[in-house]
Amino acid sequence: MTNTDLPLTAKPATAPEAQGRMRGWLARVPAAYWVVGVLLLVLPAFASNFVMFQIMGWTFILGMIALSLMFLAGYGGMVSLVQMTIAGIAGYMVAIFGDSAVASISMGWPWWVTVPLALLIAMLFATAVGWLAVRTEGIYTIMITLAVAAAFFYFVRQNYDLFNGFSGFNSVLPPMLFGIDWRGPEAFYYMTLFWAVLSYSAVLYISRAPFGLALQGVRDNPRRMAALGYNVTAHRVAAYALAAIPAGLGGILLTWQSAQISPGTAGIQPAIDILVIAVIGGLGHPIGAFIGALLYVLLKTFAVDVLVALGLGGERFQLLIGMGFLLIVFFSPDGLLGLWQRLKDSRRRDSLTGQDRRSE
Amino acid sequence: MTDATASVAARLRATGTASALELRGVSKSFGALAALQDITLTVAPGERRAVLGSNGAGKTTLFNCITGDFAPTAGSIRFFGEDVTAFPPQERIRRGLRRTYQISLLFSGLTVLDNVYLACRGVSRGRFSMIRPRRSDALMASAEDLVRVAHLEDVRDRLVSELAYGQQRQLEIAMALAGAPRFILFDEPAAGLSPTERSDLVAILTGLPSHVGYIVIEHDMDVALRVSDQVTMMHNGRIFKEGKPAEIEDDPEVQALYLGGGDGH
Repeated sequence: MTNTDLPLTAKPATAPEAQGRMRGWLARVPAAYWVVGVLLLVLPAFASNFVMFQIMGWTFILGMIALSLMFLAGYGGMVSLVQMTIAGIAGYMVAIFGDSAVASISMGWPWWVTVPLALLIAMLFATAVGWLAVRTEGIYTIMITLAVAAAFFYFVRQNYDLFNGFSGFNSVLPPMLFGIDWRGPEAFYYMTLFWAVLSYSAVLYISRAPFGLALQGVRDNPRRMAALGYNVTAHRVAAYALAAIPAGLGGILLTWQSAQISPGTAGIQPAIDILVIAVIGGLGHPIGAFIGALLYVLLKTFAVDVLVALGLGGERFQLLIGMGFLLIVFFSPDGLLGLWQRLKDSRRRDSLTGQDRRSE
Repeated sequence: MTDATASVAARLRATGTASALELRGVSKSFGALAALQDITLTVAPGERRAVLGSNGAGKTTLFNCITGDFAPTAGSIRFFGEDVTAFPPQERIRRGLRRTYQISLLFSGLTVLDNVYLACRGVSRGRFSMIRPRRSDALMASAEDLVRVAHLEDVRDRLVSELAYGQQRQLEIAMALAGAPRFILFDEPAAGLSPTERSDLVAILTGLPSHVGYIVIEHDMDVALRVSDQVTMMHNGRIFKEGKPAEIEDDPEVQALYLGGGDGH
């Protein structure tokens, strides 16, 4: 959980940074990034529309929401169940301020107003929840954020004036920017890929900036952080506000993907799913959120087929997801990333002495 | 009075004859337990003082009250003339107070350099900065200097959780020296150190700039008396004796207390 030096982390340069900063920077990007990057870029050449829109698009979206939880839990030690609610709020705001089939509520403002406004409102909400939640630790943080998530779900389901109650909003579509239909499988794939990569890079970058380092300090030892001159409460609240950005973006993209938003989008079940995704993937590194999301989406999409092929009832796919979750957490408390890390460590160790080969 | 004029007034007083640290009637109780009783203590700027006393004498509680980890039940604390009694820890630290902990409180998931860098960043601007520091960054440079001062350059990029005990103690000290400390509280810095590490420690303490004062809690009389020019003896939450190291060493009461195993007088 505390290991931030995972396989994909760029190592700081040891060479003098005088010549060719750009070239030096490029050289530091690990090979794995190039491979995955090229694969993701050319994927639409051979993938079906279903894979692009449903599998990958959904993976990137859920990954971004799980990333916001990873940021809070992995770096800040704060397990929040409210990230899906924050995503839901951003989605609702786009529907309320922008266009939808519910013309009596939707205001029809242009996207360049609604999207920033939705993110801003999501951040304000996250700040308020964070301000409440950071006064607590561990299980109490989970309880408070879960209570907020539940309250939001029931509130929007019963509120018809603003949130249109049970049915929510449908026909919430992305803008036709540059004359492109952004719900087209390829366009949607690249749009979600772009925002996912941006969110991922931003989180990775901030993890080594003073704010991110201080957040990890708060996770490891809040009392010591205060004794070093940091305002621990302010740092935690700021982390909630910042984490609302990837979550809010994910919520907006999710609303555009399904062209609708309703209370169920941000219910208790999705909130827990985000936790499952983040934990399955691993909280040690931002990439874990996306690995977890891919596994979750694959399971959710194909578990039914697997079960039916085995002659079992397709409606039991949740059982398969639950069992997969149990197995991973049982064998590797730090998720798939932790499994990978341990594999790498065991290869690096001398099989006879158990010594780390690096230290020689 | 505004904040600005208050701090100017505080600084004016600090440049005069004012004390670095002034405790008046500080008491701290935990329920029925009186951990500190009516402590009045004045430490001049640049003064180095050792606090001795048996376990449970209230030494660490005294530190916790000075840094603001605990609010005292009664009394007031002034730091360079400014009343800091109601200040949270970070505000006191930003004014030049530092401390180390008896049991190392470090960031085990971060490297040695990151730990020291956090300490340097904590007392300067940009605590919320989202921009990564470069190796040429001034704060990063001072963090690297501190790593050298603490003899930790070989393990600079290791995670703190991989360090040996003595190295963690050295890191504690490096972090307390970050920024421009005016006064440092060392809580048993020599505990668990080897003889070589102890003499390194004595060298670091006695080599601090002369304007930096400190209080050191130390069980090892040998270390304590070598690094201090004033000694305070505590017993059962009270100050029991104050004096020069030589006087304290020869004091029959102190000897009785120390050799008698701390069972009182």
